[in-house]
Amino acid sequence: MTIEGTTIHRETFVINLGPQHPATHGVLRIKLTMDGEYIVDAEPVIGYGHRMHEKMGENRSYTKFLPNTGRIDYACALSNGHAYVCAVERLAGILVPERAEFLRVITTELNRIASHLLWAGAFLVDLGGFTPLLYTFDDREAILDLLESVTGARLTFCYFRFGGVCNDIDEDFIEGTRRFIARMRSRMPMYHSLITHNVIFRGRCEGIGEIPAETCRRYGATGPVLRGSGVSYDVRKAEPYSAYPLFDFDVPVYHGGDCLARYLVRLDEIVESMRIIEQAIARLPEGPVMAEKVPRTLKPAEGQCYFNVESARGNFGVRLVSDGSDTAYRLKLRSPSFSNFSLFRECSRGSLLPDALALLGSLDLVIPEIDR
Amino acid sequence: MRAFGKYLKEIVTGSWSLLVGMWITLRQIPVRPVTVNYPYESLPMTNRFRGHVELIRNDETGEPNCVVCMACQKACPSNCIRVEGHKPEGAPHRIPTLFMLDFTTCSLCGLCVESCKFNALEFSREYNQASLSKEDYQMDLLQRGGKETH
Amino acid sequence: MPHDLFREIARLVLYVVGLVAFGAFNAAYLSLLERKESAWFQRRRGPVEVGPFGLLQPVADGLKLLGKQLLVPRGADVLLFKLAPVAVITPAIMCLVVIPFSETIGARDFSLGLLMIYSFGAINVLATLLAGWASNNKYSSISAARVVAQNIAYEIPLLLIILALVMVTHTFNLREIVELQSGGFWQWNIFQISASPLMPVAFVIYVICMLAETNRAPFDIVEAESELIAGAFTEYAGMSFGLFFIAEYVNVVVGSCIGIILFLGGWQCPFGLLPGLHWFLVKLYLFCFAVIWVRWTFPRTQFYGLLNLSWKILIPLSLVHLVVTAILVKLF
Repeated sequence: MTIEGTTIHRETFVINLGPQHPATHGVLRIKLTMDGEYIVDAEPVIGYGHRMHEKMGENRSYTKFLPNTGRIDYACALSNGHAYVCAVERLAGILVPERAEFLRVITTELNRIASHLLWAGAFLVDLGGFTPLLYTFDDREAILDLLESVTGARLTFCYFRFGGVCNDIDEDFIEGTRRFIARMRSRMPMYHSLITHNVIFRGRCEGIGEIPAETCRRYGATGPVLRGSGVSYDVRKAEPYSAYPLFDFDVPVYHGGDCLARYLVRLDEIVESMRIIEQAIARLPEGPVMAEKVPRTLKPAEGQCYFNVESARGNFGVRLVSDGSDTAYRLKLRSPSFSNFSLFRECSRGSLLPDALALLGSLDLVIPEIDR
Repeated sequence: MRAFGKYLKEIVTGSWSLLVGMWITLRQIPVRPVTVNYPYESLPMTNRFRGHVELIRNDETGEPNCVVCMACQKACPSNCIRVEGHKPEGAPHRIPTLFMLDFTTCSLCGLCVESCKFNALEFSREYNQASLSKEDYQMDLLQRGGKETH
Repeated sequence: MPHDLFREIARLVLYVVGLVAFGAFNAAYLSLLERKESAWFQRRRGPVEVGPFGLLQPVADGLKLLGKQLLVPRGADVLLFKLAPVAVITPAIMCLVVIPFSETIGARDFSLGLLMIYSFGAINVLATLLAGWASNNKYSSISAARVVAQNIAYEIPLLLIILALVMVTHTFNLREIVELQSGGFWQWNIFQISASPLMPVAFVIYVICMLAETNRAPFDIVEAESELIAGAFTEYAGMSFGLFFIAEYVNVVVGSCIGIILFLGGWQCPFGLLPGLHWFLVKLYLFCFAVIWVRWTFPRTQFYGLLNLSWKILIPLSLVHLVVTAILVKLF
């Protein structure tokens, strides 16, 4: 005798994780279809922060677009500037002096540490622990003071120029950086015992939000999201640029694919960045910080160029098509947050709401970068 | 039996991690606060801090160094600078009669300062710029005399 | 006879006013203590503007809340919506009636005091459920459902611990429980290993259950700010929100009072010298300090982690404690 089962129709309701929400870092709207506590579907609605940077790239000359690069992803502004400046330099055939390359690496790695510290604090706030945010911001303050003494800005830097950097550093900066690295090294054990070993934190992150490596490949996710799923891909090693081939550093990879793996990847990246900065400071060459003979109005040769760098969030790319005039014909920005976020819909199906929010937090999204 | 041992071990290590965390936060109490009580105390700005731009004046004559070459106006991505000037009789170069900075659109990028070949523009270090009216941000740089430091 | 009646009425009025004032004053200044203490842990200063060291900050907060309009959202059940804040604060203040603050101060020396406290504690759950449901808001409904599951799960180990304690002290009367702990601190119930070797563990279980019952972090799923805005209280504005706020702090005070009465000796001095109200207050504020300390150190537990903690860890441990206590009471 067979008994046939029928599916019972369960009522689902739609809840809006609206553009204004404490957990989405920026203006992001997600329409959640929920069955009780479980998520059936999560449809994202983006575009609330669209500022038409790519269009501005077509309307402004190459030099005038420089301040825009700092605003695309404000948490790691120097990486974006690096990508754009290197793309233009490659098209125009400008060579950068060695000291400028070293300065670019030092400031970009400091910015990466600042971005990861910001992420760590904000991630813990999403999980409900408000205190570590203040500790990471205290450390980040030291970095921002250092970068302010060099570039004059604290968040949206406009420091790189075609052919080098605009200001040189002095002894105070080198001393300050050394002191910061020593201090940060002594703080890492505290972060590990306060957060990483904490049983409540582990319960929120271990085994939550698992992203298999194949999903990352299909959606084009890069950065700590990919390295937390076991794939060792870092643009600084795969397609080396600037002065990175001269330094000895490792790429941290964890195979868990869960939120804890991504968290550990980022904390290890902070340590690796400190190694790079130490080596760069020890071997800093003398010389000019700006190439000579860079024309005031830059008119690169006709052609196109794609340049990608490793920003704190992943692979940030700039595709530049030039038609020989002083404005670009097409400027396309490949933002890592867009690709990282696109796997949220698939990976959050069937999970609980707090787990989905932990996954969203661990992807390290900066929403204005998604919308550009 | 092994499962029971694992269960007990989890309870013990979990509780210990909680106590360690509580000790770390308690240790922060005697430490001096890192915050500065802002309106009553403030921090000095670094030399390269970017406040709004200022005209550099000649030490002897007190006149701005600007020769109205319009390089800053052309270099600005946001069109915030407006310069006008004329060349009086017998003067070696033009002098500015109007130098307006629209600070509401300025992004502090520094392209104007870098494009000036006559050492006429620099960043000030002002950051206390709160105001209730938009007109306060249409800055007439000729009237503001010299660098005000805070 | 009229003289006694007059005395009785005067005593009643004084106690009512006193307890409400105590409850409200504590709630207001505990909110300031929370802000200051979180600031110390985070290396900043906390409120310093209003009054010296920010001491008038709760007054400013209260005036701000009083000045706001009381909104009733469209489609909400008006009677239940307005009833919920009242239903939350009344049991909290009622529990203060049976608490003995010292040998002579205590509104009612009730022989079933301990039982009464937990009966009133259950009304708190009902009131939060009313608030969540009557708001006509999806976030509030989800949060109300969570509150019910959480509070039911944590009532059980709490009552098991109290049951074991009553086996040891043979009385429900709170005053007598404290009097049994007179002497030095070795007489306090937390150290009575002879009654049950798991007594300190029972105290820890009591603290965890108290945090969960009062919806304090790390168990504050109800008010999970990062997920559900303000949970069950999203639609409340002005002083009705203020009442929920006050009720939460009065619940913390009541929970702390019971904790120190049951386990830490109430008004008894640690060395048996000068028992009195001052010791009670010192212990009460140290306990509140610890509650706030726990809140600002840890992230929030996951909802199923919270329920797992109760059903899989706390209930077995408290059952073991109950059985061990029962055996030892029978044998000795």
